Order: sequence, then C-alpha cells, then structure tokens
Amino acid sequence: MAEVSLRNVTKNYGALEVVHGIDLDIAHDEFVVLVGPSGCGKSTTLRMIAGLEDISGGEVAIGGNRVNDLPPRERNISMVFQNYALYPHMTVRENLGFSLLIAKRSETEIAQAVDDAASILGLGELLDRRPAELSGGQRQRVAMGRAIVRHPDVFLFDEPLSNLDAKLRTQMRIEIKKLHQKVRTTIVYVTHDQVEAMTLADRIVIMKDGDIVQVGTPLEVFERPVDTFVASFIGSPPMNLLEGKVSGGFVWITPDVTLPLPTVFSGKVAEGQRVTFGFRADNLMPKGHALTESGATADLSLTITLAEPLGAETMLLSELAGVEIQGKMLNPRPVSEGEVLECQLSLDHCHLFDTATGKSLR
Amino acid sequence: MLRRRPPDWLTLLMPTIIVIAIIVLIPLIFSFYSSFTPYKLTRPSTLWRWVGTANYERILSDLNFWAAFGRTILFLTIALNLELLFGLGIALMVNKVTWGQRTLRTVLMFPMMFSPILVGFQFKFIFNDNVGLVNNALQSLGITDVALPWLVDSKLALFSIAFAEIWMSTSIFAILILAGLFAMPRDPLEAAKVDGCTPWQSFRHITLPFLMPFIFIAMTIRSLDVARAYDIVQIMTGGGPARRTELVWTLMARTGYVDARMGIANAMGYVSILLSIFFTIYFFRKLSAARAELGL
Repeated sequence: MAEVSLRNVTKNYGALEVVHGIDLDIAHDEFVVLVGPSGCGKSTTLRMIAGLEDISGGEVAIGGNRVNDLPPRERNISMVFQNYALYPHMTVRENLGFSLLIAKRSETEIAQAVDDAASILGLGELLDRRPAELSGGQRQRVAMGRAIVRHPDVFLFDEPLSNLDAKLRTQMRIEIKKLHQKVRTTIVYVTHDQVEAMTLADRIVIMKDGDIVQVGTPLEVFERPVDTFVASFIGSPPMNLLEGKVSGGFVWITPDVTLPLPTVFSGKVAEGQRVTFGFRADNLMPKGHALTESGATADLSLTITLAEPLGAETMLLSELAGVEIQGKMLNPRPVSEGEVLECQLSLDHCHLFDTATGKSLR
Repeated sequence: MLRRRPPDWLTLLMPTIIVIAIIVLIPLIFSFYSSFTPYKLTRPSTLWRWVGTANYERILSDLNFWAAFGRTILFLTIALNLELLFGLGIALMVNKVTWGQRTLRTVLMFPMMFSPILVGFQFKFIFNDNVGLVNNALQSLGITDVALPWLVDSKLALFSIAFAEIWMSTSIFAILILAGLFAMPRDPLEAAKVDGCTPWQSFRHITLPFLMPFIFIAMTIRSLDVARAYDIVQIMTGGGPARRTELVWTLMARTGYVDARMGIANAMGYVSILLSIFFTIYFFRKLSAARAELGL
C-alpha cells in the first residue's frame, strides 16, 4: 500500500529520448491507467516504475522512498505481463507460490497464501496444471494470482488483456475491477485500448510521443479533452473534427457550411481565428430519434452514406464539408444509403480547439 | 496368364530395403556371426569354426578389456561434464554480447572444423615432454624445472587427451545451449526479477530448467561421440604407453587389425555398444522428462 510519484522522469536509448520528463502523482489505492497509441512511452514508463528499465533522469518514488537505484525485487511491486510470463515448467501452484518461496517463507504460509489467491481468482481446480494446459483467460488469472499472493505495495499491469479475444477481454476487465475492490492496492495499468482505460480507471493518464497530454477522471477526459489528440483518442467513435474560421458568431467550415459558435466560447475566440470544431456522435442525432434535451441546437440536413445498426442504436455516417462525420440514431428505424435526414447538433456539448496549437479553447 | 505380383508397398520400399541391407544389415549380421568364431584376418578359414560364446566369456574375464571399458566411462564422464560446464559458461557470456556476436559465434565453431586427427597431432605437439609448448611455458615461467611427462604418465595422459577432446567439442555444447538461450522467452525472466529473484536465482529456477532439453540433446550427441573416441587417442598416445590410455575403441582396433583377431574384436564391439545404448536411453529419458516439464 503506497503512493507512487514520478518527478521529471526521462528515458533515453542512446541519443534518442523516448520519455520526456514526466511528472505524475498516484495516490494510495488509486487505479491509474496509462493510455496512448503504441510508441508513446507508456510501457517504458511502467517498466521504469517496475525497475525493468533504467531511469535515465528524474526520480521515481514508491511510498515516499526513492527507488531509482533499487532492483525490482526490492521495490515490493508485482507485475502482470502482456504474455502472462508464467513459468512454463512449474504448476499453477508453484507459479503462485514462487515469489514466496524465493522470499523463504514457511511452507504453511505459502500454502495459505496460494489458497487465498486461488479462491479470490477461482483457480482452485487448476492448481496442479501447467501453464501449457491452460486457456488464455486462465493463464491471465494465474498471472494475476501470482501478482496478488505477495500483497505488494503496487500492482503494475502491462497490457494484460491484449492477447485475449473480445468476449474474454470484457469479462477479465470486470474481474480486474472487482479484484481492485477486493484487494485495495495502488494499480498502474498500461493499455492502448481507450475502452479499458475508461472502464477501469480512477484516473486516466493520456500519453503521446513520450509526454503526458492530459490527466483526469474518465469523465473529465471524455467531456473536457485538452486538445484534438485527446478528443480523437478517447471515446468511440472518435470525435468529429471540422476545421473552420470564426466569423460573426459563426464558425465557417466552408462558404456553404457554417455552424453557430457555441455560447460558452463567445469571448474566448477572436474574429477570424482558425479553429477546429468538435462534436461527438452522441450529440448529432436525427430529429425524432434524439434525446429530448433542452439547450441550443443547430439543424443540419445530412445525406447518409452508411448506416451501421447496433440494435439499440444505429451509427450513421455522413459527410460534411468533405469530412466524414458520424452521428447516432436512437430508437432506430431502417435507414438506406443516400437518404437525407434532418439532424440536430447539440451545441452545448461541442468543443472548439485552436487549429494551430490543437489546444482546447474552453 | 496369372502371375503373382508383390504388393505395391513392398515394391516401393524395395530400394530402401536393399540399400539398408547392404549398408547396415549384412555387416551387422556378419559381424555378429563372426563374434562367435575365432575369426582371424590372416586365416580366413577360421571364419567357419563356431566356438559359441567363447569370445564373450573371454572378454568378460579379461581385465584389460574392463580397464579400457571403465576408462572410457571415466573419460566420458569427465569430458562431458566439463564440456557442459564450459559450454554453458561460454553460451551465457556470448548471449550477453551485443556487438560482434555473429562473428563470435562463427569463431566459436572453428575447433569443430578441424579433423580430429589434426587436433590430435596438434595436442601431441603441445603436450610433448621435450619440445611441447606446455612444458616450455612451464619451464620458462619457472613453475617447474623438470619436464612433465604429459603423454606418458597415466593420469596426465588421460588429462591431456580429455583436454584436446574438450577443446575440440565444447563449442557443440556452447552452440546448442546458445540456441536454447535465443529461443527462451524474456518475459518469465522479467517476471522472476519482479518476483524477487537475484540473478543467480533467476538462472537456477528459470533459465536452467528451460535449457535442460537443449543440454540433454547435446549430451546424447556427445556421449555417442565420446564413447567411440578413437582418432585423438590413437594419434596422441596410441592407447599407450603400456595401455595406460587404452579406451574401448583403441583396444578394439588393436585387437582387430593389429592382432588380426577380428572375432574377438567384434565381440568387444557388441559388449561396448551396450554402453552407447545405455547412455542414449538415459539421456533420451531425461530429455523427454525435461520437455514434458516445459509442457512441450
């Protein structure tokens, strides 16, 4: 049980710097997810916390103690790897108890800890099998069991679900969340999947090119993305982004397409400023198939290029000013391609970014 | 007209059967038969005199044979274990090398490229008590002022031969173990680090179990190799002096070709083949067990 803090942490391989001075404070018992596209430095950051990568600069502290120069075994952490990293020549029982064996605990203590972990994760019947005889989900559970037997200060997860199929992934996601509720421990979790990040995290850390772009709760990063990168990375489908110019209370996308400037932004933009107008599919719905919501709206009539029925709702693809945009139809009816639908855009939920910097203007 | 034709499978297998019969089966039967005769190369007619198990009885009570047999096992044990140890050490070190590893791997194979005969001559010179490099060096450095009889003293001679054998063949272990290290997944090692292992514990509990199948393959190959060690011994000491370095195969060759007593030499061959069979089965069992343990 401990907090983790990173102070100006950098990592370079030779002349190439891949993590540029990260600052992050993770509270005791907090579930923090590092998310970002591949190559953004999230795994490297996690491995620096684990001690599997040297820290090139800055400081990592666990429970208030600087751990830069400690080997992994002295950091009291445990880690779950993407490929499970089970010991192939040991049974599940031996895999679970291995760290305690190394720590020279007594046999009864090891047996007790293994049984506890096995019952938390439902591994009871698998204890005498070897990893080769387990399915992917079972291996993943063993890997998690191995992590919890030691009651570490911090759990580190390195893309633990990316080798599982979609259904199992959803199921294991729930199990990880339950596990966190049962064994309250600080968790740092790395993934490239924004859905995992949204569903699991107390706080999400979004990284890009070796920098932290935004830190916040799932709702904060969803509703208040600091820039266009976060806006398009978080949320599914990604936010619709249209570039335009502010003019007289409107955003001119093209001479034919203008959108009213949402009131929250009036006074925050200059006349003639280049801006990127953003809105999510949830805020663009055909009339009669939308949430009845008060607030300012703008009307758009859109030619549907593709409809994706999902059952409870239908995703609509259309084009606006040459850019593909997505909307959503609630209580759906069949929609054919080429059909023109009158849609309304909920302006209160729209975003405006500075096109030059990509930063939010809110 | 109805002619009986052999079944197709027999027709198709015939070339193989013929080749195997000529190369393996006939010599095998012939040698086995001759081990029950007092066959002497110089007197072919002896081939037709059946003496039953007389040759075998004679061998089993022959101290010289058993001395050679025991010496072969001793030699095998020493050479194999040291080769494993050195091979493992070299493989672990080469695995750490990041620059020029390919070149190093090629260099590692050099000793294997020499003919054992040449290696024998080379080490015969190196260990020569008068003009050899070893004695020369020892005397120049003032470590000793007498000429050590490397190839004459029974213990030193066996050591010298083992040295040559190890020099030539350690790389087989090194290469095979290195292949094992390359095939090894990195994740379990990292997991072990996080689980609290010191580097030695990681090696002992994770790396070594993974390498065992590779080690047993190398052991099987090399045990067969060493059990028929002949060329290096023949060149360096000729099994002498006074049988002090006699191994099973030098004894057999001497009996068969020098003394021309082929019948008894063949009998020796059949007894000592048991040795090879034993080692093969032993290591193969170990290999299967190690593979089963890894879930392969």
